[in-house]
Amino acid sequence: MSGPALLLQDVSLSYPGPRGQHLALDRVSLTLDAGRIGCLLGPSGCGKTTVLRAIAGFEPVRGGGVWLDGQLHSSPLTHVAPEQRRVGMMFQEYALFPHLDAAHNVAFGLRRLGAAARRARVSELLALVGLPDCAERYPHELSGGQQQRIALARALAPAPRLLLLDEPFSNLDLATRERLTSQVRDILRGAGQTAILVTHNEAEARAMADVVGTMHNGRLTHWLENGPRID
Amino acid sequence: MSGSVCATAAPGIAPWRRWRRAAGPRAAGGLWRAASLLIALGVLAPLAGLAWVASGGDLAHWAHLGRHVLPQASLNTAALLAGVGVMVLLLGTACAWLVSACDFPGRGILSWALLLPLAMPTYIVAFAYLDLLHPIGPIQGAIRWLLGYDSPRQFRLPDLRSLPGAIVLLGLVLYPYVYLTARAMFMTQPAHLMEAARTLGESATRAFFRVALPLARPALAVGTGLALLETLGDIGASEFLGIQTLTVAVYTTWVTRSDLAGAAQIACSMLAIVVALLWLERRGRARQRFGSAQRMRVMQPRRLSGSAAWLALCAGGVPVLLGFVLPALYLVAESAKRLLSGGAVSPALLAALGNSLALAGGVTAATLAAALVVAWAARPVGATPNPDRWQARVAGLGYAVPGTVLALGLLTPALAFDAGLAQWLGLPGLPLMSAGVVLVVACAIRFLAMPLGGIEAGLTRLPPALELAARLLGESPAGTLRRVHLPLLRPALAAGALLVFVDAMKELPATLLLRPPGFETLSTWLYAEAARGTYEEGAIAALAIVLAGLAPVILLARQRPEGAPEVAP
Repeated sequence: MSGPALLLQDVSLSYPGPRGQHLALDRVSLTLDAGRIGCLLGPSGCGKTTVLRAIAGFEPVRGGGVWLDGQLHSSPLTHVAPEQRRVGMMFQEYALFPHLDAAHNVAFGLRRLGAAARRARVSELLALVGLPDCAERYPHELSGGQQQRIALARALAPAPRLLLLDEPFSNLDLATRERLTSQVRDILRGAGQTAILVTHNEAEARAMADVVGTMHNGRLTHWLENGPRID
Repeated sequence: MSGSVCATAAPGIAPWRRWRRAAGPRAAGGLWRAASLLIALGVLAPLAGLAWVASGGDLAHWAHLGRHVLPQASLNTAALLAGVGVMVLLLGTACAWLVSACDFPGRGILSWALLLPLAMPTYIVAFAYLDLLHPIGPIQGAIRWLLGYDSPRQFRLPDLRSLPGAIVLLGLVLYPYVYLTARAMFMTQPAHLMEAARTLGESATRAFFRVALPLARPALAVGTGLALLETLGDIGASEFLGIQTLTVAVYTTWVTRSDLAGAAQIACSMLAIVVALLWLERRGRARQRFGSAQRMRVMQPRRLSGSAAWLALCAGGVPVLLGFVLPALYLVAESAKRLLSGGAVSPALLAALGNSLALAGGVTAATLAAALVVAWAARPVGATPNPDRWQARVAGLGYAVPGTVLALGLLTPALAFDAGLAQWLGLPGLPLMSAGVVLVVACAIRFLAMPLGGIEAGLTRLPPALELAARLLGESPAGTLRRVHLPLLRPALAAGALLVFVDAMKELPATLLLRPPGFETLSTWLYAEAARGTYEEGAIAALAIVLAGLAPVILLARQRPEGAPEVAP
């Protein structure tokens, strides 16, 4: 592994809007070393989710480049498909497959493993997120907090090199949100998982991240080390 | 006011009173509820009549049928259903995915053009292609000219009058049932589900098969079920193409051999197939709690360019071409030829047109009134479920019963009722039958489900506070319906009326069996001409039916699936 786990250099991105092209990202640059958690903070519409989508490969970049583990994955000339990037994602809307139970959801990205190895990995992850007994429950039978934990298990199952979290806690009530934030932080730290979190909640940013950046109107300012945390 | 059932003992109340429902707001007055009950029972009458007549035949009868008629007819029907089922599933799903997941020039037009084959009744498309693909017809002639052959003896395409031919033809006009429901599912597919699959290592194609398709399964089941029920009930296309299906067997047994019991027995076995189809559809719809309560970003279609875009447009255009454009052009050409050479349209055809319109009008009025009565009596009032809602469920069953079976089943109770009425009123013959009332009732039973569903949906969309306000201001339930709900239900009523009108104009099987003597509609006219093999004014009749059939297609095309973004043409 050469270079930082994630490198964005002068990434610019635009898409067609009502009045021509709308510049969503304006020369965004950041680096993130392996095992660290970064956070993008900003109001809605500032482009923080667009950064995640560019890293995941769902948006083509118009300028600059995205490097994962030192290899170029997105640029105006190259684009590696999302399924080949080994980047995991947690969505605001949970995105659990409603026609599969929790165990099959978690196993979704483990097609290449043998059946026994798959089963073992699923049990390991369900235990990690604290839901060992929910294997056969369907998403609609789980609470919001439980669904997000299954979503985390599912995203971590294929051992992604980078985990993207798109406002994963904003659909939950306050108490669940606080509990889940610290649980997820502990899980990610324990696994040494590199991650980028996107949120508009400053307390969440302070609690979870090693590096915090503020975004406004498509520009990234202050990609800085997080101050001392009070746990 | 509580609506709970007082099943527990309360001191001082006589035992028989315990089971009476506690006082509470009722959905409708007594007369209204009685009418609703009558309608629900009326829908069951043909099934009861069928069972009665079928049980009247003796065992030797059954044995004869079992040996000579049923096996081949059942096999043909099963093969037809299987073939059409596979074809509409594949074609409908592929077209729906093409239009939802990809963006290319012309996608907007293709999106609604793929619905056009709905305007083509099965018997008309068979009628058109039998002439078009005739060995000495235009298409085969053109192919021979291209390949350098002189006569049909040297080269001819496989005969259309065969099982594969019938499967392809029926598949080409019935795929829109699957296309419609599948498209609605795919267009409102939440984007993050597909994206989640991509981040877990699945390519776009694999994500379609592992996520989008399983989620669309309920919609596909509903669409395929409708297409198969249409196939089962079809009489025109099967007969023109020489396929002895169960429906054709029922018809010929009654009409040619005057064997009502035998026909009823075959019809009963068809009902078994209907039940099987409905069960399959229900299983396909199982675990339909796939909906998510959160607001959703829908999938963005992938932009295609260059040759890929052209390929997409051409591929999507093939079903439209074969299922609608070609037969429609044929009808227009033949009609023009006929009108330009012969001059005016014959008065008999004009009479048939008038009859079609009158029948459709009568059926629409009756069906809409019945649907309104049933939907109003069964609507949810307050928190407790309405005990009369079973009537709405039963009343909506008619669509699943093939037209021939329905008509046959209605014959016995209707004739008995008619004879009794004639005797009571001192009239000769069968007054209701001769007046076409029985035909109208049969059609109403068949088409009740559509406006019923539309009105029920319209009622649930209206805020319950409207009725509460009206009632508190002193208005009765019926008055509330008239002054508050009916004006607000106008779009649902109009849509339902249009659908029923057009379906009644296209209707063939029940009309053939229950029409008064000498009563010809456009569809029966066409059927008679095709049966005789004389293609004279049939094309004009067919064209009129297809033009009428375009109206609901336009209506459907202008609706977009809930939540889907506008597709620019």
